[in-house]
Amino acid sequence: MKSMMMGMISVVIGAGMVFAGDPNKVVVDGSTTVGPIAKAFAEYAMQKNPVMNITVSESGSGNGAKSLLNNACDVATMSRPMKNSEKKAAQEAGILAFETVVAMDGLAMIVHESNPVQGLTLEQIRAIYSGQIVNWKELGGPDQPIVLISRDTNSGTYESFETLVMKGAKIGSKAEYVGSNGAIRQRVVSTPAAIGYVGLAFCEGVKVLAVNQVTPSAETVVNKSYPISRPLFMYTNGRPKAGTAKGDFVLLGNTPEGRKIIEDVGYIPVQ
Amino acid sequence: MIKGDTWLTPTLARRGLLLTPAARRRQWLVRHVGQGSLLLVTSLSTLAVLFIFYFIIRDAWPFVQLRGIREFFTSTHWYPSAAGAEFGAASILFGSAVVTFGAILVAVPLGVAAAVCLSDVLPFSLRQGVKPVIEILAAIPSVAYGFFALVVFAPLLQEKGGQLLAVASWLIGAPVLALAIIVLSDLATTRMTDARRRAGRWGLAMGLAVPALYGLWALSRGLDGLQINSGTNALNVAIILGIMALPTVVSVSEDALQAVGRELREGSYALGATRAETLVKIVIPAARSGITAAIILGVMRALGETMVVWMASGNAAQIPTPWFNVLEPVRTLTATIAGDMGEADQVTGSARYHVLFFMALCLLVFSFLCNGISQRFIRKAKRISES
Repeated sequence: MKSMMMGMISVVIGAGMVFAGDPNKVVVDGSTTVGPIAKAFAEYAMQKNPVMNITVSESGSGNGAKSLLNNACDVATMSRPMKNSEKKAAQEAGILAFETVVAMDGLAMIVHESNPVQGLTLEQIRAIYSGQIVNWKELGGPDQPIVLISRDTNSGTYESFETLVMKGAKIGSKAEYVGSNGAIRQRVVSTPAAIGYVGLAFCEGVKVLAVNQVTPSAETVVNKSYPISRPLFMYTNGRPKAGTAKGDFVLLGNTPEGRKIIEDVGYIPVQ
Repeated sequence: MIKGDTWLTPTLARRGLLLTPAARRRQWLVRHVGQGSLLLVTSLSTLAVLFIFYFIIRDAWPFVQLRGIREFFTSTHWYPSAAGAEFGAASILFGSAVVTFGAILVAVPLGVAAAVCLSDVLPFSLRQGVKPVIEILAAIPSVAYGFFALVVFAPLLQEKGGQLLAVASWLIGAPVLALAIIVLSDLATTRMTDARRRAGRWGLAMGLAVPALYGLWALSRGLDGLQINSGTNALNVAIILGIMALPTVVSVSEDALQAVGRELREGSYALGATRAETLVKIVIPAARSGITAAIILGVMRALGETMVVWMASGNAAQIPTPWFNVLEPVRTLTATIAGDMGEADQVTGSARYHVLFFMALCLLVFSFLCNGISQRFIRKAKRISES
């Protein structure tokens, strides 16, 4: 807690100090989804080399991009690619936003183990969540109304789902909202008629559906055949150079230790 | 108290019986500083209430300016995060109302019955043991109730919901109907002569019992066949909130029943009334104000609860069809505030942020009204018990 507070404070102060010249200081800001990776990287790097001073704060992807443009951070973590407008603003500010993919993330559609449905198409999932398909029998399952489980609107997982699956359609009013990936899994485990979406690390005890006939796995997420997957990014000003504190931090994902950290946090390392 | 200087003053002062002017000034100062600081400490809590009102209104007002209040109270479209955000909270207000009303249906009959039992039926020694146990209910953290509702009660409703409801309909329906039949047949035969009364009463009771039993059987058959899809629904939360409101209802109404006093009870017994008659016709009516206050406090407990509803109500922003279908998930004001606060950024001052304060303001105003009303009833109850 204390270190987090210190992190927040040092981000604020860091805005003026980052480029004051301390080569061992790295300020990271941005996505709450990538946050766990950034924090684990920071912990690892600082343990390995105690002179390093890395602060991580999570204010959302959009804010991460803003910070990078304003020179308020060295590394912007983002769970979506930079928009054209943001890239343009960066050019005008004299910053070359360089994109590094640190990990991959997939959203698994999960149902109760007793559910006979094997797979759905993206269109079917959208129809289910927007309230057009309301009964499992329309999908070849038992005659039971579908119980929709969604993450609360706070979460990055919800936003990914909204952009990757719903594509502008609104989630129907019957959807139940819960506070975490674990809570979705728990509800699906105990509710035969439920459907939910979770990160790949939360698929124990439930049945994972194929989407467009592709089952989510480390492999299908990396080769992009699984449709509900997304890369997680770190953006820096210019190409990160190995040997500098910033460069080593961003490129940690390419090392075996970095891959292990990413796997431990629950994401998929880039091949 | 000697005011001003008299011929006695020097003597009294010399003997230490009168304060010197300096000591008197010191005492005046100490007294006023003491009173002042006590007043400050006491007014802190009042100030806190005022500040809460001030800050909530300050952050709720921009919502009214940005979106107006019509959409909030009339629309059921709650999409705070979408590109074209919609802030229709009618379904959320409905959810809060239905859950609170359900909790009151559970807590009031049980709570008042328990209070009557504690104050007039149970022997003193047993009461000493039972009351603390009921009060322990209030000490259990709400997250524990929520966990129970989510992990135990919700799956139970899904698997055995129909049977549970059928059993509950018998447990509740049988005694209520029996009581109603006895009272009805009694009332209907009051004008008969003594000789025919007994037979008439029995005959009528039997005649009423047959359709009542059939109705109950049919009801339980219907409920038995019911399949509950989602265990996190309004019924689940209403029952759990009812249990959480129980200790408040029990202890406030028991105090009210106790305050009725021995004289009334003894007077009633002296006129030949039975214990049941005394309770129903004398004690409970006399404690009516206090019991009303207990009910209102129970309402506030249920309305303000957040953790349980966030975990176990399903949080679906909808008015179920039909509207009284309590087996559908609902969303409440408190759960919405808790759930949406994280993403609603206060920096940009978006409507999404301020709408949550507007919800808080709705809750606050309602609690304030409830509190005011219950205070009135409590005062009235005190006046009755004193006179």
